[in-house]
Amino acid sequence: MSRRLARGLSTVSLLLAIATLVSACGLVGWPWDTPMTTVRPKSDFGRLTHDLFMLISWWTLGIFIVVEAGLVYVCWRFRDRPGAPIPTQVHGHTALEIGWTVAFAVILLIIGIPTIRIIFKTQEAPAASLDPLRIDVAGRQWWWEFNYPALKISTANEVHVPAGRVVDFHLNAPDVIHSFWTPQLGGKRDVVPRRVNRLTMTPDTPGEYPGQCAEYCGESHANMRFRVVVHAKDDFDRWVAAQLAPPVEPEGELAQQGKSLFTQLPCVGCHAIRGLSGGAIGPDLTHFGSRRTLASAILPNTAPNLERWLVNPELIKPGVLMPNLGLSHDQAKALTAYLLSLK
Amino acid sequence: MATHAAFMPGVGSAEAQTGLWSWITTVDHKRIGILYGTSAFIFFLIGGIEALIMRLQLAVPDNTLVGAQRFNELFTMHGTTMVFLAIMPLSAAFFNYMVPLMIGARDVAFPRLNSLSYWIFLAGALFLHASFLVGAVPDAGWFGYANLTSPQFAPGHHIDFWMLGLQILGIASMLAGFNFIVTIINMRAPGMTLMRMPVFIWMTLVVQFLVVLAFPAITVALILLMFDRFFGTMFYVPAGGGDPLLWQHLFWIFGHPEVYILILPAMGIVSEVLPTFARKPLFGAPVVIYSGIMIGFFGFGVWSHHMFSVGLGPVADSAFSIATMLIAVPTGVKILNWIGTLWGGTVRFTAALYFSLGFIAMFTMGGLSGVMHAAPPVDLQQTDTYFVVAHFHYVLFGGSIFGLFSGMYYWWPKMFGRMLDERLGHVHFWLMLIGFNLTFFPMHYLGLIGMPRRIYTYAPDLGWNFWNLVATIGSFVIALSIAVFIANVWKTHRSGAVAGPDPWDGRTLEWAIPSPPPVYNFAAIPTVHGRDELWLQKHGDGHGGAPSPRPPVPRAEDIAAIHMPPPSYWPIVLAIAMTVMLAGLLISYTQVVVGGLATLYCMYRFAMEYHRPAAEAHS
Repeated sequence: MSRRLARGLSTVSLLLAIATLVSACGLVGWPWDTPMTTVRPKSDFGRLTHDLFMLISWWTLGIFIVVEAGLVYVCWRFRDRPGAPIPTQVHGHTALEIGWTVAFAVILLIIGIPTIRIIFKTQEAPAASLDPLRIDVAGRQWWWEFNYPALKISTANEVHVPAGRVVDFHLNAPDVIHSFWTPQLGGKRDVVPRRVNRLTMTPDTPGEYPGQCAEYCGESHANMRFRVVVHAKDDFDRWVAAQLAPPVEPEGELAQQGKSLFTQLPCVGCHAIRGLSGGAIGPDLTHFGSRRTLASAILPNTAPNLERWLVNPELIKPGVLMPNLGLSHDQAKALTAYLLSLK
Repeated sequence: MATHAAFMPGVGSAEAQTGLWSWITTVDHKRIGILYGTSAFIFFLIGGIEALIMRLQLAVPDNTLVGAQRFNELFTMHGTTMVFLAIMPLSAAFFNYMVPLMIGARDVAFPRLNSLSYWIFLAGALFLHASFLVGAVPDAGWFGYANLTSPQFAPGHHIDFWMLGLQILGIASMLAGFNFIVTIINMRAPGMTLMRMPVFIWMTLVVQFLVVLAFPAITVALILLMFDRFFGTMFYVPAGGGDPLLWQHLFWIFGHPEVYILILPAMGIVSEVLPTFARKPLFGAPVVIYSGIMIGFFGFGVWSHHMFSVGLGPVADSAFSIATMLIAVPTGVKILNWIGTLWGGTVRFTAALYFSLGFIAMFTMGGLSGVMHAAPPVDLQQTDTYFVVAHFHYVLFGGSIFGLFSGMYYWWPKMFGRMLDERLGHVHFWLMLIGFNLTFFPMHYLGLIGMPRRIYTYAPDLGWNFWNLVATIGSFVIALSIAVFIANVWKTHRSGAVAGPDPWDGRTLEWAIPSPPPVYNFAAIPTVHGRDELWLQKHGDGHGGAPSPRPPVPRAEDIAAIHMPPPSYWPIVLAIAMTVMLAGLLISYTQVVVGGLATLYCMYRFAMEYHRPAAEAHS
């Protein structure tokens, strides 16, 4: 009797130790509210997904605890002792086996039904009455182009959307497969050549959310990042107005020098600045100075970073298609002054 | 002589051969098993070193230890190596060595074909690694998604090495697959009905069917890619009207059964180890067998769960989601049956058993995280993140590798006649278990806070730094555990305890013969009365039935009369000729033609090597 009690106590204490360890980890080392977290959703799409994730997590956690505890218990209870006789040669137990087969099937049914409901719900095309904001996304090696067809705005690596309005991303890739993903706003959707995939969501919390390409797409896949900026409605309208404005004329000698350099150098072949150049291979730079980041969101958009980038893009983004033009230090400085003036 | 067919093994001998030449020309399934095991272990180490370099690169943010291109090559080769050159051939080592022994046969059905499988495998593996010598290491991932592999986006020979290497390896797998199906169906000892076959043999049989049905899909995919790259077709090129998603479908129709090709052998091993060390039959063995068959069967109907983010539409997503969840039922049943096997037993905690327990504990976690991304909406957050990296390492490392190590500790005494050191085995186990969890458990968390896969660098402000460092430390603990294993092997072969035929009080036929077994395995072919034949001979059925009769002691002249297949050097020559032919695609078409003719010639000579005209055979 007392031996049984001791055994029971040691089992309980073992389980307690494990539970303490797990919860300690939860308190100390696992902050969930990070910039690319998937478990603090900020859109309806993200919330639906997350609810399903939590439902499945609880069921699997339960099964996990039962199985692992059972395994430990069986090993400990039936450990070999000196002089133990040959155990009874049991070959199975039909009722038990049918029982746990059915139990697994039932649990999967509990998970499966809401899964299918949410699959259909998250892939519905938005009703026109909701006035969805359509944004065409082009994933390219290795940057993101965003076009607002109704607003006639083109930007790169930074997409601005209003909170509380349905956003309807149309995804297409001119080169290879990419995947468009802003973890805090919900799941990813692949960006596939010759297909237009759609991703619909209503962001609900203003803020700046980092995103990243999630499908391996070649050498600089790791550097194909972007930002989604969710604005309150008024802020979004102001941003739209600013983007629609023609590019500012540079003030100051250095910036003016930069502008003429831009037109003389091969820059114009790839980059558009409204009213100045029509290049369509690289990002539109009309309001480049208003962007927060540089080189597909790898670096903050500051003068020293931009100079480094212009002098040797390859060093910052391996494999990048933008060539090293062999700019002198002065040329890079002038171009930087001009580009950053394009607010 | 006249009773034999025209294909008459001429000079086969029951005597063991020695020397390098005897290894090159061997057709003995046991030696081929050891060749498979040794090669696979070396590739396992190479793939492991690649993993360690990646972990070092990711230990801290914005690291510059290796560049983007090198990192992409590393993860491509790590995946390809571990799948095709480590886990598959390690399983093949056990198929080769153990299948004939466990079914009471003297060799596989086609011993010479078996040798050819091995040499083609090795040729393919070396061809793939030749890419390191010419600086054109494959760099599109082990999944090689089109159209990143098209000439426009993948100039140079990087992809060519991968594409041709996999085709060579595929031939080896197909040959071995047919060989083992025929062996298991036809070569069983008298009395061994299908339901009396050991569960490891059952799982082997299921795996071979998966191989012969799944590899054609990737072969088609690779041949289309080959045409795109060498002859200007546009199967996967959108600009030419092709569809890159065609590749994904073909690849995963192969790729998902491939996962079961990697895990079912380990499940078979665990199903042998647990009964031996619990001294009880496998609980619900028929259900475990049917579950294995179901897993293999459903495995062909779930490929698009690798493609939930592609945008196949809600109906396809739902169908593949439900099919995937269905697989969890037979898998879960197996796990409970294994625990049921231990229940009521007298469990002996050997290193082999520890690794099997590790398998159950870790594989369960991998299976449960698999249920999470079986739900497409959840998968949209988890796919292509470190959560998935964690998931499949729990399945393929926590599952397959732990299972395979269990098999090594279990069958080492049979294969080499000496016991691996138990104390070092326990150290190996605990280090590997701790290192494994230290490396891969934090990856669940990293994935959930948004760390994508296949990135060579990351920004320092995303909260990923600490657990990446922990994972890197964990990976070196795994490396240390592997070093302990190597030390164990070294020690065992210098001074290990002699095993004797049956060190574990085993249950199946391989333990009825000497360790290591003689060339001919069984002096007299046994007659089988139950799944645990040897146990029945030793202890009876435990319910009052008499022990099975032991086979008669063979006489020396009976042994002298055993014909074993003679050695042949044509398999290795044929494998070389074929590789020369395929390598010609990268060098010159003249070489393709010359290599092709040499291949045909070698095939002819190999086929006709022991052919005797009917008249001569009757003389």
